[in-house]
Amino acid sequence: MERNPMRRQLAIMRQSLFDQGHVDEQFVQLEELQDDANPNFVEEVVTLYYRDSARIILNIEQALERKPFDFRKLDAYMHQFKGSSSSIGAKKVKAESTLFREYCKSGNGEGCMRSFQQLKKEYATLRKKLGAYFQLARQAGPVETASRPK
Amino acid sequence: MSGNGASSSSLNMISGEDVVNNNLSALVVDDSPLLRLLHDIHLKKYGLKVQVAENGKVAVDLFHLGASFDLVLMDKEMPVMNGVEATKELRAMGVTSMIVGVTSKNGPGEQQAFMEAGLDYCFEKPLTPEIISFLLEELNKHNNKN
Repeated sequence: MERNPMRRQLAIMRQSLFDQGHVDEQFVQLEELQDDANPNFVEEVVTLYYRDSARIILNIEQALERKPFDFRKLDAYMHQFKGSSSSIGAKKVKAESTLFREYCKSGNGEGCMRSFQQLKKEYATLRKKLGAYFQLARQAGPVETASRPK
Repeated sequence: MSGNGASSSSLNMISGEDVVNNNLSALVVDDSPLLRLLHDIHLKKYGLKVQVAENGKVAVDLFHLGASFDLVLMDKEMPVMNGVEATKELRAMGVTSMIVGVTSKNGPGEQQAFMEAGLDYCFEKPLTPEIISFLLEELNKHNNKN
């Protein structure tokens, strides 16, 4: 049990990321790669994710503006996006990506658009939550070990 | 996930410390900077010397220039030259490195085509510590035999 109030708050924030389904086991594996040699590894990876995926999101947005939809292209973009999202353990984002791909495969344009809107919401929510988490983590100082969520 | 007898139930769950090896080298071939970073750090933690390549052509060119690696992590979908083509080329060149395909979840047919290009194993990305441990164990066995 963390005695330091800031670390306690950090632990609570971290737990809620898992409890609310925002991140999964893959996030723990990222944390396990963080060490003295790479003390901000998780934040660096997440930053890279948001930078990398912004381009894909834009590609999808542009593709959804062109009618008729090129479902094959949309699926290819989302395949790439889903891969990146899986890498950081972005659970809800990954789930919406899967749904989007199913709509692509069935040629359901309305479904794609709905799913994409939801995906962007989850993507933005996760960014906000992780941003707050990393900000507090920097203030709290290094945490000794990664631990699996309860 | 498929490979030469590799299945999730048969993977040896050994700790990373058991397979730290400073003599092994790896090439991570992936068009995603995020995946390159992840696999790079992961493999370095096990003591491997790691290089990265952003597509299959860069990987093939490295081998043409005389580079050699014990392990190649090969993404499937890449621009310029994809993983299937790159793997075929490397095997045609006589490269005997362990080549491990790393894919997003695809249908079994797609993974099969990738395996037939000359992979030793194929796993879903990103690779977990257990899978990396398994691969290094296999590499160590292979090197001890030679």
